Amino acid sequence: MSNNELTRRGLLRTGAVAGAGVALPTIFTASSAAAYTNEPTGGTVTLGFNVPQTGPYADEGNDELLAQQLAVEHLNGEGDGGCLNTFTSKALKGNGILGKKVTFVTGDTQTKSDAARASAKSMIEKDGAIMINGGSSSGVAVAVQGLCQDAGVIFMAGLTHSNDTTGKDRKKNGFRHFFNAYMSAAALAPVLSKEMGADRRAYHLTADYTWGWTQQESIAAATEAMGWETVNNVLTPLASTDFSSYIAPVLNSGADVLVLNHYGGNMVNSLTNAIQFGLLDKVANGKDFKIVVPLYSELMAAGAGENIKGVLGSMNYNWQLDNEGSKAFVKSFGEKYGKPPSNSAQTCYAQVLLYADACERAGTFNPCGVAEALEGFEFDGLGNGKTLYRAEDHQCFKDVLVVRGAQNPTNAYDTLEIVEVTPVEQVMYAPDHPMFGGAEASLGECNSGA
Amino acid sequence: MLGLDKKDTSLLIIVAILTLLAPFILNPFPTGSAMAQFNAGYPDLMQRFVIFGIFAIGFNILFGLTGYLSFGHAAFLGVGSYSAVWMFKLLSYNVIPAIALSVVVAALFSLLIGYVSLRRSGIYFSILTLAFAQMSFALAYSVLSNPKFNLTNGETGLQVYADDPQIFHRDSLPDMPHLFGLSMRSTYKLDIGAWSFDFNAGYYLCAVIMMVMFYLAIRIFRSPFGMMLRAVKSNQQRMNYTGLNPRPYTLAAFVISGMYAGLAGGLMAAMDPLAGAERMQWTASGEVVLMTILGGAGTLIGPVLGAGFIKYFENIFSKINDNILHQWFSFLPDGIEDFMVFIVHPFIGKGWHLTLGILFMLVVIFLPGGLVEGGQRLGKWIRNRGKGATDAKTKQEPAE
Amino acid sequence: MDAIILQILNGLDKGSAYALIALGLTLIFGTLGVVNFAHGALFMIGAFCAVTVQRLLNLSFQTVDETQKDFLGNPLKVDTPYVEAWFGPEVGATIIDWSVPLAVVFAIPIMLAVGYAMERGLIKHFYKRPHADQILVTFGLAIVLQEIIKYFFGANPIQTPEPSALKGSLDIGLMLGFDPNAIIYPIWRLVYFAFAAVIIGGVFAFLQFTTFGMVVRAGMADRETVGLLGINIDKRFTIMFGIAAGVAGLAGVMYGPLNPPNYHMGMDFLVLSFVVVVVGGMGSLPGAVAAGFLLGVLESFASTTWATTTIPGINQIIIYLVAIIILLTRPRGLMGRKGVMEE
Repeated sequence: MSNNELTRRGLLRTGAVAGAGVALPTIFTASSAAAYTNEPTGGTVTLGFNVPQTGPYADEGNDELLAQQLAVEHLNGEGDGGCLNTFTSKALKGNGILGKKVTFVTGDTQTKSDAARASAKSMIEKDGAIMINGGSSSGVAVAVQGLCQDAGVIFMAGLTHSNDTTGKDRKKNGFRHFFNAYMSAAALAPVLSKEMGADRRAYHLTADYTWGWTQQESIAAATEAMGWETVNNVLTPLASTDFSSYIAPVLNSGADVLVLNHYGGNMVNSLTNAIQFGLLDKVANGKDFKIVVPLYSELMAAGAGENIKGVLGSMNYNWQLDNEGSKAFVKSFGEKYGKPPSNSAQTCYAQVLLYADACERAGTFNPCGVAEALEGFEFDGLGNGKTLYRAEDHQCFKDVLVVRGAQNPTNAYDTLEIVEVTPVEQVMYAPDHPMFGGAEASLGECNSGA
Repeated sequence: MLGLDKKDTSLLIIVAILTLLAPFILNPFPTGSAMAQFNAGYPDLMQRFVIFGIFAIGFNILFGLTGYLSFGHAAFLGVGSYSAVWMFKLLSYNVIPAIALSVVVAALFSLLIGYVSLRRSGIYFSILTLAFAQMSFALAYSVLSNPKFNLTNGETGLQVYADDPQIFHRDSLPDMPHLFGLSMRSTYKLDIGAWSFDFNAGYYLCAVIMMVMFYLAIRIFRSPFGMMLRAVKSNQQRMNYTGLNPRPYTLAAFVISGMYAGLAGGLMAAMDPLAGAERMQWTASGEVVLMTILGGAGTLIGPVLGAGFIKYFENIFSKINDNILHQWFSFLPDGIEDFMVFIVHPFIGKGWHLTLGILFMLVVIFLPGGLVEGGQRLGKWIRNRGKGATDAKTKQEPAE
Repeated sequence: MDAIILQILNGLDKGSAYALIALGLTLIFGTLGVVNFAHGALFMIGAFCAVTVQRLLNLSFQTVDETQKDFLGNPLKVDTPYVEAWFGPEVGATIIDWSVPLAVVFAIPIMLAVGYAMERGLIKHFYKRPHADQILVTFGLAIVLQEIIKYFFGANPIQTPEPSALKGSLDIGLMLGFDPNAIIYPIWRLVYFAFAAVIIGGVFAFLQFTTFGMVVRAGMADRETVGLLGINIDKRFTIMFGIAAGVAGLAGVMYGPLNPPNYHMGMDFLVLSFVVVVVGGMGSLPGAVAAGFLLGVLESFASTTWATTTIPGINQIIIYLVAIIILLTRPRGLMGRKGVMEE
C-alpha cells in the first residue's frame, strides 16, 4: 500500500507540472521579460558557429571556424582589424557589437540536418546564441535556417550552393552570402562557350540529392541556351565512393564534355576516376574532350591534386582576387594561420562582419531590426567587390569567379587560377525565377521569438 | 502495485523521479560558471535523452530478450518521423494524431520487414534488417524526394511549408507542434540564485510517455510472453522440439520494438517538425545497438542509461572548444595552461568521436554487463565498504 | 556488347576490393568466431601506409628563394625532398613516383604487426564474450583508429597517385577488334584486379597446400578436436588474424590510386563487406570471394543508364536487394556452413 501512495504522489506531481505548463505563455527559451530571443543583457553577446567538425567535411568546417574566430577578434578590436579597415560601412568600431564584447560558442553539424539542428538548438537554448553562422551543405543550411526562423534568431548561412536556400526555402531570418547554382551556371556558360565552342555535347553526372539536381538543372539550362546539347544525365548515389561504372560509358555516349555535378569527396573521386580513364586525352566528335566541375573549393582542389589541371569551374571567392578587401583579409588570415583562406572561410568571415555591422546600424540585436538593416544593403570591401544583399530573397549579388586548375602551380595554394571575373549583372535573376520557387516563394514574416 | 513486484516498483519510481526532476538534476552547475559547459538540462537535449531512451527500451525488448540483433531499427524511427510530419502537413500541428500515425505506420512497416527477416536467424537476420533499412534510407534520400513524387524531401528533410493544407489548423493555435494548444516549445525558466532551470512542455510530454513505455517494458519482461522470448534466446531448438513455434513470438517482439522506434520517431518530429533521411542510415541503427549494449543488454534500465551516455557526449563534448579549455585552465601558469590545453584538445570539440570510441572500449572491456554492471559494482562496493570489507575494492578499480 | 564487357571489367574491379576485404573478414569469422567491426579500419590503415610512405619520401628541407614570393609577399620557401638531394633529382623523383608499390613492401610487416597486436592485445579477451560485446569493442576500436588518422592527416582526401608509367588507360576494345575508344580501361585498375587475384590465390594456396593451412582449416571445422590433438590452434589463429589484417591492408594500399584515401573510407566499406561476407555464407572463403565479385558486377550493371531508367534508383539499392533475395532463397548465403553464426 505504501508503494501505492508514493506513485500516486508521483502522478500528482506530474499533473501539477503539466498544469503549470498549460498556464504558461508560449515562448521559446528566453524568459518572458525579454523583447526577443536571447536578448543580450550583460556585457557580452554570444554568436553561434555551427560547422562540420566530424565527418568528411571536417577540414572545411575547421577552415570556417578559423575565419569566424578571426572575425570575432576583429570585431573586438584585436589583431590587425582585417576587413574592418576596408569595409565601406564604418559602423563597426572594433569595440564589439553595440558596445558588447563578442563571444562565441561552437557546435558540430556532422553534415547531417538532424545533428545540425540539435547543435544549433543547444547553442540557442543553452548558450543564448543570438545568431547562427556556418555550415557546409545545403541540406544543413535549409534545415538550420528553418530552425532559426522558428526560434527567432538570425541565420547567416555558410557554404550552401543550392538554389533552394534562397529559393523555395528562403526565410525572413536567413541570409546567404555564398553564390548559388544558378549563378555558377550563368557565369560558366559564356566562358565554356568561348573556350570549347557553342556546339558541344555534354554528359552530366549528378549527385542524387537536392543540391545536385538544382545544379544540374541550372547548368543544363544555361549551356543549352547557348547551343550545347545535353546527351545524358546520370544520377549517382551520394554514398558512392567509386565512379568507374558511371565514367566508363561516357566515351561511347557521343558526348565531348563531362559535367561533374558533385561536391566534396564525390567530386574528388569522380574527377580522379575520369582522369584515370584518360578522358582528357581523348578526342570525341573531332574535339578535345573536356571536363567541367561547376562548383570548386580549395579543399576539393587539394584532394583532387594534379587531376584538376585545366578543369574549369566556378567559385564564390578566391584569395588571389586583387582588391583592397581581399588583400586585407588574406593578410590577416594568412599571418595568423599560415595559409590563405578558402572561399567558405571568406563567406563565414564576411557573414559575421555583415551581421555585426547590421546590428550596429539597426542599433539593436532584435532579429527583425537586423534583418531590415541587411535587406537591400550595398557594400564593398569584404573581398568580393561591390555586393548587394537583395531584400526580396536575402541573396547576395556580386561578381562570380570562373576558375581553372592551374597547369603549373608553384605552391600548394595557387592550384586554381582565375579565368574570368563574371560581372554581377550577368548572374542576376528575378526573385520569382522558376528555379527559385517561382511566384509562390516568400520570405514569410520576421520572427524575433517574442 | 500496477501488477509489479516490489523491486520493479521501486525501479519505476526511481525512473519517474529522475525523469521528472531532470531539469534540476541535469543542471547542477550555476549558469555562467566554468562548469556550466557540462550542464545538460536544456530542452533539446533533455528531449533527446528520453526519446532515445524510448528507442533503446524498445530495441532491448527484441535484442535483450530474444537475442535477435536487428541492424535496421533506425528505419522504423525514420518512418515514424516521416508519418508524423505528414500529419502536421495534412491535418494540423497537434501532436496526438501525428504520434498515433507514426506508431501505426512503424508497426505495419516492422510487421512487413520482420515477417521476411525472421525467416533467418543470427547474422543472416542482422544483415536482412540492415539491407531493408539501407534501402529505405537510400530511397528516402533521393528517389522518394523527386519533384514529381516528393514523399521525403530528401537531403533537406521533410518539413511543413506555409502552403501545406493543414486542414484543422486555426489561427489561434501555435505555429508549432502543440498538444491542444500547448506548444511543445513553451518553456518555463526558473531562476534560483545563480542557477537556472528549464521546464519544457515538450520534454514533459516525452517524459510521461517514456515512463508509460518503461512500465510497459517491465510488464513485457515479467510476463509469460517475456519468458517465451527468453526461451527463444536460450535455446530455440529445444523450443521447437517441445512443439512450440517461436516465430509468432519473435515477430510480436519485433513489431513491438518497431512500434517503440516509431513512437520515438514521432516524438522527435513532434519536438522538432523536421524529418531527415539520415535518421534511417545504418549509423543510426548502429547507434541504438551501441546504446543498448553499452547500457547493458537485457536489463531494464541499461538501454536508457546507454542512450543518455551517447547523447550526452554527442551534444556536450562536441561543443567544448579551445577557448573554453583556456578558461578552465586559466588558473594555471601560462606554460602549463597551454600544455594542459594541448593534452585535452584532441578529446574535445571535433575529437568527441575519439573520446566516445575510447569509452566504448573501456566500458566493454572492464564492465562486461555494460553501465548497469558498473552501477551494481559501485553499489556492492559501497555496501561492502560499509561493512568494512576491502576485497571488493580491488575488483572495482579497473572500472575507473 | 562493348558496354557489357566494360561493365563486367568494372564489376570485377569493384569486386576485387570487396572480395579482398571480405576474405579477411571471413577468415576472422571462420577461425576466431569474432565479429570484427574494425576490419574496415584495417583497410583504411593500409591506405594510409601508402600516404605515410609518400610523406616520408617527400620529407624535405627548405631553402629560401628570394626571387619568388609566397602568397603573403614574403620570400618563397622552396622544399626539396631529401630523397632528391641524396639520389639526384632524376632517381629521387622516380622513387617518389613509385611510392605506392614501395608502400606495399612496407605495409606487409606493418599490417601483420597491427593485426598481431590487435589480436593479442584486445580480441583474444573477447573470444568467450557474446557477439554483441565483440561488436561494441571493435566498433570502438575502429572509431579510435580512424580518429587517430584524422588527427594526423586531416579529413580531406589525400592523393596517392600510381607511378606515371602505370597512369592512363588501355584501349582493350582495339585488341579485341572493336572500334577505337569502345572499351577504354585504366591500367591501374587492371593492376588492382591482377593483384587481387594473386593475393586471393595466395591465401587459398596457403590454406590448401601447407600443413599450417591444413591445421587451420581443421581448426575452422572443429576447433575443440584439433585442440585435443595437442595442436596449439590459438597460436595459428593469431597468425591468421595477422594475415587477414595484411590482406585488408594491402587491399587498402593498392586502392589509394583508384580513389584518394580519407580517414573514413573504412567505414564506407564496412557495411558493404559484411553484406558480402554474409551473402557468401558464413565461414566460407570461396563464398566470400564469389559474393564479392558477384555484387561488384551487379552493382556495375545497375549503374548503367539502361538500368536506372528502367527502375529509378536501382543503383542505390542493388547490393541490398540482391542480398535479400539471396538470403531468402539460400538460407545460408551462397556457400555458408550450417550452424555458423546462426544464433
